[in-house]
Amino acid sequence: MSKLLEVKDLHLKIEDAVILKGMEFSLEKGEVFALIGPNGCGKSTLAYSLMGINNYHPQQGEMIFKGEKINELAINERAKKGITLAWQEPARYQGVTVREFLSLGLKSKGEEVAEEKLKSALNKVAINPYQYLDRYVDKSLSGGERKRIELASLILMHPELIILDEPDSGVDVVALNNIAEMINYFKESGSGILLITHSEEMLKYADRAALICEGEIIRQGDPSDISEYFKSFCGPCVKEEECETEVAS
Amino acid sequence: MNDYEMMVDAYKEAGGDDIFSDSEVAHVVLERDKILGMHAVEGLEVEAEKVEVNKVKVKVTVRDGYQIKNPVHMCFGVLPKEGKQIIDMNVEIQKNAQVEVRADCVFPNAVKVEHIMDAVINIGEGGSYIYKEHHFHGDSGGVEVIARSDINVEAHGKLVTKFDLLKGRVGKIDFDYEAEIAEHGTVEMLARISGQKDDLVKIREAAHLNGESARGVLDSKIALKDQAEAEIYNELTADAAGAMGHVDCTEIIKDQAVARAIPIVDVRHPEAKVTHEAAIGSVDSTQLQTLMARGLDEEEASEVIIQGLLND
Repeated sequence: MSKLLEVKDLHLKIEDAVILKGMEFSLEKGEVFALIGPNGCGKSTLAYSLMGINNYHPQQGEMIFKGEKINELAINERAKKGITLAWQEPARYQGVTVREFLSLGLKSKGEEVAEEKLKSALNKVAINPYQYLDRYVDKSLSGGERKRIELASLILMHPELIILDEPDSGVDVVALNNIAEMINYFKESGSGILLITHSEEMLKYADRAALICEGEIIRQGDPSDISEYFKSFCGPCVKEEECETEVAS
Repeated sequence: MNDYEMMVDAYKEAGGDDIFSDSEVAHVVLERDKILGMHAVEGLEVEAEKVEVNKVKVKVTVRDGYQIKNPVHMCFGVLPKEGKQIIDMNVEIQKNAQVEVRADCVFPNAVKVEHIMDAVINIGEGGSYIYKEHHFHGDSGGVEVIARSDINVEAHGKLVTKFDLLKGRVGKIDFDYEAEIAEHGTVEMLARISGQKDDLVKIREAAHLNGESARGVLDSKIALKDQAEAEIYNELTADAAGAMGHVDCTEIIKDQAVARAIPIVDVRHPEAKVTHEAAIGSVDSTQLQTLMARGLDEEEASEVIIQGLLND
């Protein structure tokens, strides 16, 4: 498999706080790469840096997508190249219908907005198009509904790299199963997925995983091994000495 | 093409429906002080009369118990580049009568145009008046609109006003609506305006929930860019048991635009309740960046968010 994304020696500081310290990993097409780690370790910051979100521009290091350095590209330029991000808390929009929201990704790619495409994407995420297409993407949707509509918009965009920032947070079991199915769907379609999660359940869908601690990847490998390591050494993070010993060895 | 045809054309261009030949739809068409068309239906009376140069007096009455099936269409405007139109409007919705009015005010060629509306609206017991006003001012910004409404809603009556100006320039708008609401009466006043360049928007909407269990909502959503300015005064008072209301003002600004929101909430009964929310700021960055992550550039993403807000 060829490299879809390479992150090399990525450093990011926001004001005086050092958030990412030499982050380094790669991701291949059709691969699900999970990043786990405690709150505040830099997982979401990495996601925002990769997407090019304002104020999250690394001071050092390279982000390379399909062989091209993307550090200087704007968010929409990265999106047009095939990168997208699904936020942990997707934004809500007053007065914008599900139909309009789903159409945006298609329009920006110059693709025809056919009603059948929208319905098909919604059906894939177990949302009834007849009940939802004319609803607003606003506060009237539950967290699970909103996340599934976000996934439907990704289906229509068919991006090559999808960054999923804690897709499982704040959703019910039905939505969770649906998210898991969608991860498999994207993977089978050849998209690379960077999966940021706290959940062991989600780790099952990853091909590889990495543990982040204080802005650094301290371990990479098989998801079950990473999960075990995380549970043993990072839980409430009171075993700093053991962790340091383990990492050093 | 005669004046009537030109007005109807301007009306259609502004988004109006072609209803003027439908005998079941009441309408009034005024260009400055010229009464170009007028049609009533059973239960609804329309009178219009030129009272002085540039000034027309219009009286609309919906008789007791009549529920007018189709919305009444009012088309007002000034066709030349310069001109003035003063409308003295009197609306009487009698007991248990219901009507919806769609008013389109079109000034497609305006360079220096004044449109002044003075309205007195009485909604009888159990009556309902829904008034949707849509403006199209062209692109020069040469329109000045001054509108005053004095509204009285009797017991169990209902008033809804919805004003929108979303395409073209605003020019200058100065609204002052004041409504008195009796027991179990309801009022909703909604305004949606998009301003640009040196447009000036001044809105005062006041509703007094005087009767027991009266209800009121004042909701303004304004988007401004360039050097446009807006001042929104929303005033809601409640002086009776069970009276409830909400004031909501959202303004999005870009560039050098300036927005002010002044909500006044005045409650004088322990069993009454009025809430308010006001938000002024730029486009929300998470909303913006989410759309940019779908491939839209910043301008396109802002437009989606602003149009959504104004369509809400």
